[in-house]
Amino acid sequence: MVRETPVLTASGLTRIYGRGCSDCVRLTGDAQGRNICPACGSVVALAEVSFELWPGEILGVMGESGSGKSSVVKLLHLDDRMTAGSATFRESDGRSHELAQVDEVEIRRLRDTRFGMVHQNPHLGLNFGVSAGGNIAERLLCGGERRFAVIRETALGLLDRTEVPRGRIDHQPGQFSGGMQQRLQIARALAPRPELLFLDEVTTGLDLSVQARILDLILEIQRELGVAMIVVTHDLGVVRLLASRTIVLRHGRVVEAGLTDQILEDPQHAYTQQLVMSAL
Amino acid sequence: MTPTSDVPQTNPGTQFGFLDDFAVREIRRGLLKALAIPGYQVPYASREMPIARGFGTGGMQITLAIATPEDRLKVIDQGADDSVNAVSLRRFIAASCPELSTVTRTPEATIIQTRHRVPERPLVTGQIMVYQVPYPDPLQIVEPSEAKRRASHAHGDYARLWVKLYEDVVRFREVAISNRYPARVAGRYVIDPSPIPRWDLPKLHRSPVAHLFGAGREKKLYAVPPFTNVVPLAFDDVPFEVERFHDAAGKRNRCQRCGADDTFLDEIPLTGQASRWQCNDQDRCSENLGYPNGA
Repeated sequence: MVRETPVLTASGLTRIYGRGCSDCVRLTGDAQGRNICPACGSVVALAEVSFELWPGEILGVMGESGSGKSSVVKLLHLDDRMTAGSATFRESDGRSHELAQVDEVEIRRLRDTRFGMVHQNPHLGLNFGVSAGGNIAERLLCGGERRFAVIRETALGLLDRTEVPRGRIDHQPGQFSGGMQQRLQIARALAPRPELLFLDEVTTGLDLSVQARILDLILEIQRELGVAMIVVTHDLGVVRLLASRTIVLRHGRVVEAGLTDQILEDPQHAYTQQLVMSAL
Repeated sequence: MTPTSDVPQTNPGTQFGFLDDFAVREIRRGLLKALAIPGYQVPYASREMPIARGFGTGGMQITLAIATPEDRLKVIDQGADDSVNAVSLRRFIAASCPELSTVTRTPEATIIQTRHRVPERPLVTGQIMVYQVPYPDPLQIVEPSEAKRRASHAHGDYARLWVKLYEDVVRFREVAISNRYPARVAGRYVIDPSPIPRWDLPKLHRSPVAHLFGAGREKKLYAVPPFTNVVPLAFDDVPFEVERFHDAAGKRNRCQRCGADDTFLDEIPLTGQASRWQCNDQDRCSENLGYPNGA
């Protein structure tokens, strides 16, 4: 299980919305205090973001609203294509994929079998037209499983794992509480045994006790399955609990990166200092 | 596809088969493409016909585009040769294709245009099945956007259709699709085999004849070439099953007209007494009786 290569190497991730110009990157960023290019009006959502993610690691991506943290996940989950830069995803069987270049068929395969995505809003991550079991089944069916009994058993196992009562397997997600919908999303994301899990603001909007159970669940999953995760959040508590390393984004740039404890105890960048101060 | 120097000469006064030569050429080309890519839905410019779209214009355009004066045409609707739709379609095609003969006996036909049924009598080389299709896309029940459906077909992604099967098995312990049962053709595209009952679906598997599907309203053509695998979608441990015609005691109902126990039966409910069961395929039933009325 221990590998010496990162699961994911991102270097120079850049996403510009708009026609873009040669000065976009130079005229925006943290030092300039803006992410809209004054020359051409394009939005520089993300520029020159680089990091590595190692097997079994949880990386925190922190930042204020509009800082580009969700864009990181969108680009890596291939919901959106990067304008420049590269990201290499390495499967445990040794195959590696350059995410800037993969084609539609490969995108589908990676999303269906290698990646898992948990959205802040369960309506984005779940199909509310089918039962809880159907939601999990869809992921298994994408992966080519054609035995009904196996699908059923796997779904029940995942519901156990995520503490959704077995008896709710045939209920519609619309009948679930918010916390249960979120746990079902996690079960669905885990179904094909992904190697990389994206968690986008998974606890935002849930009450504290529910938050705590979901965070516990994520930690247990990491310990048991060794899945590498990227956790996007604006909540300091979440990164403190989950992430061993964290990057802090502002105006689409990495303004601070390092061990989570170090960042939270001894923030170097003015913005991070302000963030930590306001939380404590 | 733009007509170039060899534009067909159309003479509306004596046009065989109603369609102009442009239309015939386009439909034939579409059919060749459909046969070359089994199960793929080929878009085509469905022509205005003298009947409304949704009444079998897709099948009719195929028949008119492939018919020759030597052909013998059989038209059935729900297994019957003499229902209003079948009669009207047959009359129109016969009127616009002089010298083409119309028949009702399955083995005599070279082209069989159908809605809802495949004849019970095994088809033989030399015959062509033409289906009138209301909804050509099997993904239509799970995905409203055609653009997304086309992407799914291109990627071979039928997961949402499988989820529908999963949900059915959970709720009803079997797949609750009585007709239009999705089937994978030649291991690649999944087709909607038009509203034929499940009973008829195995007849498409490695059939010796070409099965041509036309959806006039939806402007699509697709095909199952001869001797091609047609496999219904089913879980490994929940096998595909055809309709059963058994009474409460578990005994197979027979046709009460010809006595057959190997055909797709219609149940005719009768007030105050037990239902009557009868072959749905009218020609097969009469054939079993030795054609008593000379039909």
